Amino acid sequence: MLASLVGYLRDFDAAEEATQEAFTIAAERWETSGIPANPGAWLVTTARNRAIDRIRRDRTLTRKIPLLPEPEATMDEFDDPVIDTVIDHLGDTGIKDERLELIFTCCHPALPLEGQVALTLRALGGLSTADIARAFLVSEETMKRRLTRAKAKIKATGIPFAVPQADRLEQRLDAVLAVVYLIYNEGYRGRVDLGAEAIRLGQLLAVLMPEEPESRGLLALMLLHHARRRARFDGEDLVLLGDQDRTLWDLPQLEAGRAALEEAIARGGRGAYVVQAAIADLQTRDEIDWPQVAALYRRLVELTGSPVVELNRAAAVAETGDPAAALEVVDSLDLDGYLYYHSTRGELLRRLGRDDEAAAAYRRALDLATTTPERRFLTGRLEKL
Amino acid sequence: MLYALMIYAEPGLDERIPQEEREGVTAEYQALLDDPRVVQAARLHPAEAATCVRVVDGRTLVSDGPFADTKEILGGLALFEADDLDEALEMAARIPAARMGGAVEVRPVVVQP
Repeated sequence: MLASLVGYLRDFDAAEEATQEAFTIAAERWETSGIPANPGAWLVTTARNRAIDRIRRDRTLTRKIPLLPEPEATMDEFDDPVIDTVIDHLGDTGIKDERLELIFTCCHPALPLEGQVALTLRALGGLSTADIARAFLVSEETMKRRLTRAKAKIKATGIPFAVPQADRLEQRLDAVLAVVYLIYNEGYRGRVDLGAEAIRLGQLLAVLMPEEPESRGLLALMLLHHARRRARFDGEDLVLLGDQDRTLWDLPQLEAGRAALEEAIARGGRGAYVVQAAIADLQTRDEIDWPQVAALYRRLVELTGSPVVELNRAAAVAETGDPAAALEVVDSLDLDGYLYYHSTRGELLRRLGRDDEAAAAYRRALDLATTTPERRFLTGRLEKL
Repeated sequence: MLYALMIYAEPGLDERIPQEEREGVTAEYQALLDDPRVVQAARLHPAEAATCVRVVDGRTLVSDGPFADTKEILGGLALFEADDLDEALEMAARIPAARMGGAVEVRPVVVQP
């Protein structure tokens, strides 16, 4: 009987299952209605019918499954199985570092830029969705949607989990560098571990693309800033560059940063990261050449067109001894929602002896402060007026 | 994965470029069509040949012209089998329309299991 069913169904498991079912049914039915004339034939027929029913059900199910809406991704979890597996591996040592593949996937130009940034921070920086939302001045809901959309597009469009081929690698690097620098800046705001993580990514990029000066420039920039991280805070309080205890600077890291900068320049690097690294280098010298810093910021404004960079240029101009000219630059900027716009204005107004206006500017900055060190720094400035 | 490469181009571009260049472009398209990863391809007649059909309240409305009134119009499409999006994008970049002021829209095709 089994053999006939296997021959009929061409599936051993299904045949066995159907036979068992047929015997179960027979045990129930034969008790009430009596044994049929040909018990063998009855069993085979019943088993066949059962098997056919089952196959029909399975087929219907298979056909219907793709019609069911795909479950929405769990909003607060990074739930793509491929990326999850990679993240799981990150903690292990002795295993191939796959972060570079992951970062190129996250920074794929087929994704919207804001999605690239968010995804990389979530996948590689280990930031919570709320952290990322705060960093980009959007609501947590907006950021969740941004992440979900980016993940869905990776899946739907077949964005590969791979480092791009050589001919595309350079083009794809720009977005990656921007994202690494954003991760670094998250670390610079108090998350030292993240800063070190960004530096590691920068070092990997420098190794992967040794001829590319901008990735080296970015590495130099991060190292030069990171070397001063311990001097940047006194307890929880923010310490400005001029007031920093230089004995707290990490000298080997400073040297590594300078070496990376020299290499970047030697390889022809003149881009935004190289210029910023050159500024950071100048700012770690015993005598800071402020006119040169201001000139480099001017070059950086040309490269980026960023009002925040122009704000920094103004601060450098103030250090050359001309706070009035600096204030003129600051007042021409449209950065009302930016904390450092108001704190810089406050400082310039204070230097010009316009204390009431300075206090108003510091209070506006205080309204925008989100961290305790920022609040304490600004409160301290206000009290000194 | 199967991708649709939808080729958008400025209408009449063919007639405006010199004969020699046109022949070069045609040869390029032919070479791309010979790629074994191209499952199927179609070149469309110009937008003037387009007719739109809508059914509103059970009535069939027929109108002249393409669906969207844009500068670039859909001039052709290809179904392309690739391992991943990068492979499809690489193919899209080799389609002459992409560098001649047009664009190639790349979209994965829904494949029923």
